[in-house]
Amino acid sequence: MTETGIEGEGTGGAPSRRALLGWGGAGLALGAAAAGGVAAVRSGEDAEPAADSGAAVPFHGAHQAGIATAVQDRLHFASFDVTTKDRAELIALLKEWTRAAERMTAGRTVGEGAYGGVAEAPPDDTGEALGLRPSRLTLTIGFGPSLFAEDRFGLADRRPEALVDLPKFPGDNLDATRSGGDLCVQACADDPQVAVHAIRNLARIGMGRIAVRWSQLGFGKTSSTTPHSQTPRNMMGFKDGTRNISGTDESALRKHVWAGATDGTGWMTGGSYLVARRIRMHIETWDRAPLQEQEDIFGRDKGEGAPVGKAKERDEPFLKAMLPTAHVRLAHPDSNNGARMLRRGYSFTDGTDGLGRLDAGLFFLAYQRDVRTGFIPVQRGLAASDALNEYIQHVGSAVFAVPPGVRDTDDWWGRALFS
Amino acid sequence: MRALRPSVVTAVAAVAALTVVTGCAEKSDGKGDGAVQVVAGDSSCEVSSKRIPAGHVELAVENKGSKVTEVYVLFPDGRIVTERENIGPGTKARVTAEIKAGTYEIACKPGMKGKGIRQTVEVTGGKAAARSPEMDKAVADYRTYVQAQADETLPKVKVFTDAVTAGDIEAAKKAYAVSRIGWERTEPVAESFGDIDPKVDFREDGLEDGQEWTGWHRLEKALWQDGKLGAEEKALAPRLYKDLEDWQKRVGRAEITPTSMANGAKELLDEVATGKVTGEEERYSHTDLVDFKANVEGAERSYELLKPIASKNDAALTASLDKQFAALDTLLDKYRADKTSYDFTPYDKVGAADRKELSDAVNALAEPLSKLAAAVTK
Repeated sequence: MTETGIEGEGTGGAPSRRALLGWGGAGLALGAAAAGGVAAVRSGEDAEPAADSGAAVPFHGAHQAGIATAVQDRLHFASFDVTTKDRAELIALLKEWTRAAERMTAGRTVGEGAYGGVAEAPPDDTGEALGLRPSRLTLTIGFGPSLFAEDRFGLADRRPEALVDLPKFPGDNLDATRSGGDLCVQACADDPQVAVHAIRNLARIGMGRIAVRWSQLGFGKTSSTTPHSQTPRNMMGFKDGTRNISGTDESALRKHVWAGATDGTGWMTGGSYLVARRIRMHIETWDRAPLQEQEDIFGRDKGEGAPVGKAKERDEPFLKAMLPTAHVRLAHPDSNNGARMLRRGYSFTDGTDGLGRLDAGLFFLAYQRDVRTGFIPVQRGLAASDALNEYIQHVGSAVFAVPPGVRDTDDWWGRALFS
Repeated sequence: MRALRPSVVTAVAAVAALTVVTGCAEKSDGKGDGAVQVVAGDSSCEVSSKRIPAGHVELAVENKGSKVTEVYVLFPDGRIVTERENIGPGTKARVTAEIKAGTYEIACKPGMKGKGIRQTVEVTGGKAAARSPEMDKAVADYRTYVQAQADETLPKVKVFTDAVTAGDIEAAKKAYAVSRIGWERTEPVAESFGDIDPKVDFREDGLEDGQEWTGWHRLEKALWQDGKLGAEEKALAPRLYKDLEDWQKRVGRAEITPTSMANGAKELLDEVATGKVTGEEERYSHTDLVDFKANVEGAERSYELLKPIASKNDAALTASLDKQFAALDTLLDKYRADKTSYDFTPYDKVGAADRKELSDAVNALAEPLSKLAAAVTK
């Protein structure tokens, strides 16, 4: 894919929440310097220092932020049904959303702010992010297969071939009210309130044109895109995403994540395909499993995260040393014709399930160049044989075409699709 | 129902858009300084001058009565220009305001209740106050509507309460939901009185410890949950009628402004969103969709009356409201076979997906409706 459009991208000159708080522009640079040893920022690309958790991530670029971006600590993911039947209204909404997203990711309020306006009118912004830093908020939009249906918005012939409906996998127990959606927005931030504020305000702006179908909060990242930082652990206590695609590995991103100009859908060039799966973990039974069984199931040891027979987490795994049903073996690119995905999922705990058990698990998010060569073959293998299946259940599922980035303040989410 | 909400009467003083400075209790006698003397008694309200020069107007109030009183200066439509509450017997107070030329009323309210004792005064000179005939008309028409709703409701309530008194469960069930329509259409106005709503429309979970449960929902529970009417319930029926007679008497005098009409419309949708869409309001009878429809009708009425004003200030908003009211009305019609009847599908027969569709339609309308007040006052 080309990388035009990166030059000259702007972040808007208006004051951010940070600036208003007196952190000033220097705060960002100092934070970056203090982070020390973190990958350098490359012309507005997504490799901003992970340690500067208060900074703003540039919204504009060739790709949407929130994919290769160093994974933030928190998630609020929302799936929407488009309720209007009017294509022009949908386009107007996408434009309004884009402008609001520009503002919020820069740490600003939407519209005319949260206070100080007309006394008789409710404020445009809901206000709970006042005084909070931008917190590396990213907002990433996706278009679901149902948006491309016949007789809806005239998009049937624009549907990418790579945006396939996911097949039913063995063991799936999908809840329709936690699956699918015409649109999605992934909000990631280092402060949960900033992420929730963003989804809440986008939902409010859209009322009458869209309605929230389902949403998911996530609290602990389960994969990182910064290979030099510590690998996070999932709710089963294991390191997850050790071999994830790095957000700075341009070659792997080009090969496995970004849709290319030659992939057959021009408007998706620079975009990606997102699979979201709500994976419930049977936490209580897992906790009763002996350590050896747990390690055998994953194919890594629990403490270091080293592959079976190896000493260190990042040692090259020797797959044949693992059980044929081991999770790591089955998910490994060598078992899947080299398929790789950029994972940036989050743990969730939505209280308890009424039976005294945690309603907890992994909200799996994976970006890929083509679902047909990415998630589907990998999940077929896992669903058929993964020893972990005894302890997990897929209960929600969605797939989205994630368009390329918004280039500048005249551009908008989905322009290439609707133009 | 909604407990203890200031609702319609809030922000009335702000609407007057005047600089109001109310003084502390006054020690000097206030004579000879150009102030208009107001002598309030238990049954009198004497004003020293009925023709007052426009501009900075000061009232020197003396309460010679035995009750705590309050003094208002009112616009012709009943809106408040300025007010002063809690003037104790034997005390004095000053009220000041910038008042433009026009006709006003000064009201003393001994005991701080009721319409008060009123005197009409002419404020002369300078420019006439900017009265808006279309705002006055909207308020006057809405006042008529509110009164008509109460007048039409009382006979329907009688059918219901008579059936309860007679112990006729089937007849009472049939009359229950329709007896509530006029109330539900105009609920924010009724709630502005504060004391009627708790007597007639409280749900069991809204009660405080030791508070007696009376009104529609108590009888609803007896009819649908208990399936019997005891002596207590039979005795509550005439009380419900009497409390609603009180509403009928007072509702026409409620303080209504264009802002309160717009906010009232929004509040009716809030009622739908928090009480009806969830099925909480009519948890025994499941007649929630009747209340739902009535709330929407009441909101729509306010909106239609304000639309000539709002559309001039924000045509995009009124276009959106027209569309969303129509969409919600169409959606509600799916739940009744006959569009002239209030025979709606019982809410316990409305599935989760349909409830979400209703909730989405309420959000779609309520969000632009929350902007109506600003569009009216622009």
